Amino acid sequence: MTATLRNHDPALDEFAREVGSEGAVSIAGNRTRWDVGGPLDPDTRVLSAPTGIVEYIPEEMIVTVRAGTSVEELHRTLAERGQWTALPERGGTVGGAVAVGQNDFRRPARGDVRSAVLQVRYVSAEGTLITGGGPTVKNVSGFDLPRLITGSLGTLGCIAEVILRTNPIPATTRWLSSTNADPFAIHAALLQPGPILWDGTTTLVMLFGHEVAVAADIDRLRSLGTFDDCAAPSAPTGHRWSVPPAALSDVAALNTGAFVAEIGVGIVHAEQPQSRPPLDAGALLIHERMKAEFDPTARLNPGRTVGVR
Amino acid sequence: MSLLDRFRDRVGSGSATSGDPLVDDLRAVLSPDRVKTDGAQRSLLGKDASVFDGGSAGPICYPISTNEVVDIMQVAQRHDRAVVPRGAGTGLAGGAIPLGAPIVVAVTKMRSIGEIDEANGVAWVEPGVINLDLTRHLTPLGYHFAPDPSSQQVCTIGGNVANNSGGPHCLAYGVTNSHVAAIEIVTPSGDVVMLGGLDPEPDGYDLRGIFIGSEGTLGIATKVAVRLTKNRPAVRTLLLSFASVRDAANTVSDVIAAGIVPAAMEVMDQRITEAVENYVGAGYPTNAAAVLLAEVDGPEEGIDIDADRIAEIGRANNATMVRVAADNTERALLWKGRKTAFGAVAQIAPDYYLHDTVVPRSALADVLDEIYAIADRHDLLIMNVFHAGDGNLHPLIVFDGRDEGVLERVHAAGGEIIEASLAAGGVLSGEHGIGVEKQKYMDRLFSDADLDHQNRLRRAFDPVCRANPGKILPMGHSCADIQQLRSVPTGVWG
Repeated sequence: MTATLRNHDPALDEFAREVGSEGAVSIAGNRTRWDVGGPLDPDTRVLSAPTGIVEYIPEEMIVTVRAGTSVEELHRTLAERGQWTALPERGGTVGGAVAVGQNDFRRPARGDVRSAVLQVRYVSAEGTLITGGGPTVKNVSGFDLPRLITGSLGTLGCIAEVILRTNPIPATTRWLSSTNADPFAIHAALLQPGPILWDGTTTLVMLFGHEVAVAADIDRLRSLGTFDDCAAPSAPTGHRWSVPPAALSDVAALNTGAFVAEIGVGIVHAEQPQSRPPLDAGALLIHERMKAEFDPTARLNPGRTVGVR
Repeated sequence: MSLLDRFRDRVGSGSATSGDPLVDDLRAVLSPDRVKTDGAQRSLLGKDASVFDGGSAGPICYPISTNEVVDIMQVAQRHDRAVVPRGAGTGLAGGAIPLGAPIVVAVTKMRSIGEIDEANGVAWVEPGVINLDLTRHLTPLGYHFAPDPSSQQVCTIGGNVANNSGGPHCLAYGVTNSHVAAIEIVTPSGDVVMLGGLDPEPDGYDLRGIFIGSEGTLGIATKVAVRLTKNRPAVRTLLLSFASVRDAANTVSDVIAAGIVPAAMEVMDQRITEAVENYVGAGYPTNAAAVLLAEVDGPEEGIDIDADRIAEIGRANNATMVRVAADNTERALLWKGRKTAFGAVAQIAPDYYLHDTVVPRSALADVLDEIYAIADRHDLLIMNVFHAGDGNLHPLIVFDGRDEGVLERVHAAGGEIIEASLAAGGVLSGEHGIGVEKQKYMDRLFSDADLDHQNRLRRAFDPVCRANPGKILPMGHSCADIQQLRSVPTGVWG
């Protein structure tokens, strides 16, 4: 059984009819990131995307899933075959995770959301079902609509279904904690470091891979400090900052307030919001044209702007 | 004025010599010796490494800075000319072939490797830097650039960005899009814009992501922040022989199904193996129907678990021989064989047409059977050497272009290979791109509405189709209409 590009799905047709071609419309998932991008204009129709896993082919490492499906349900199904995806596990839906485009805090072990979306099907502002990308891991067949739609906050189209790349769950994962090891030295010492979380006092590090490789990593870490096994942490909360990884070496200068930083990645979960410079004029022009091309009447998720955290 | 008339107009009527206002303006912003108009240069840069001809280069510019690229773009605007960026010209789908005598912007003199920013995990390079030069530069520092296309000795980073290039080791590490953090581009409007950034989640739409693989149609890359990949301390390279291509393909499928993602899995059939052995003596068995080159890498601890498992899966699929490269010399020789495969076929016939499609891994064996049958039907010699782990097929049709009618048969067979790949649930291209080669197949994969949306994406960058017109999207979809200008009117830049 192989995935086909445009298998007819009445659930998606129905979704396209609901979205229609007129009037302000927004798609809600589980509203775990509902405030990202700014407040929704009042009097906007709010719809839900269709649900369900359409096709899972573990040996191809791909899964076709409708946007309204919860990430939890998806990952429960994939786990039965020893796989997962890069989508963050924080109670949301697949469509919400793709629309927001933020990565899981375990990104170093799971990959990034934008590389995981191989194909996207979305309903356009004109009410038409559009397909971009394809069901294979490698693909340069035309312009990359999946990358455009991922992280576009529903401002360019209403995500109906995606094909995601899946990855094998590592044989072993172990979380360790240390209060006296330099988190940057940990990052430098490991060949393929897992997530490293640091709040200025305590460092949590996840090691993953074959059991012998994890054991060897633990040996490498011993010279850097004292480490104890600990439970896997839940996802850090707070305002989300995105900074170059090198900027984490002087977090105090960032004025984050209390923080949890993803070392080597550059995401900071902080007490204070990040103030970010506006896009430069050339980039802004492309953004405005993109929005006008895909949503000429500005009916898709009005009020939301990409880049507003 | 019709679209075609506008493009005709843009082609202009200047002669190839100085005195042409376009050339004069270009020479005024670059040094005169870096604007070429002679026939030999224009003929050379009218082609790429594909079998497609019919390209027609206008003036050829060799900028050395971002500002010069901006200047060229502004001259192009004033004269309403198209602009085609170009790296080393190793593309196989005709993406760099200039259509309608545009200004060709060859970035090959922009080849400096700038700051190596280890703290942010990137190196800033210019687009003309050669892929292998970059990796050689990074190796002593403990890093490399992961995409390693077969043309890596000559292809440029700018070209890699344009085609979202892959290579054998992209199975585990991902293609170019996973290895570029930021790109400075000159837009078709002449703005300098930074796409992406060194932070992990830059604001706005993923313009960096969509620029990569856009085949020069969204602007010209002038600086690229490439990601540094740490060198692996341990590598195991396995060579497995099989009595049938099907057994090799099934091994690949079973390895992935077992949850192992090796660094690389490459399959070569007997014909190509023989050619390679005659050419470089890489140590491949020539009596096997297929060989599988599989590589795992990472920390020393645990590496043999995956290597042993791959060997076991191979044996379960009737491998007639399993060998692990004893040392770096043997490993390098095995890879040399794989990477010189396309050079090796020159001893068999003077011409080849290398295809590029992707199919589901589980369909590899069936599609390969079909490809051999297609070759038989058209009385052609076909060889297969491919990135099996990704399902990325590279059927190689070997022929002598002097044989009467052979090109028609080559193209007919090529079309059938594409159809067979699509029928198996595959896609048109894994790493070579669409260029001019596969435009006519785009509507087999996408509806008119889908293609319209791709065109909207393009227009957001380039409303007037200034950058590399006539590529990717098929006829009838806006910019593609310039294709009709492949026959440039007599007396102009023909």
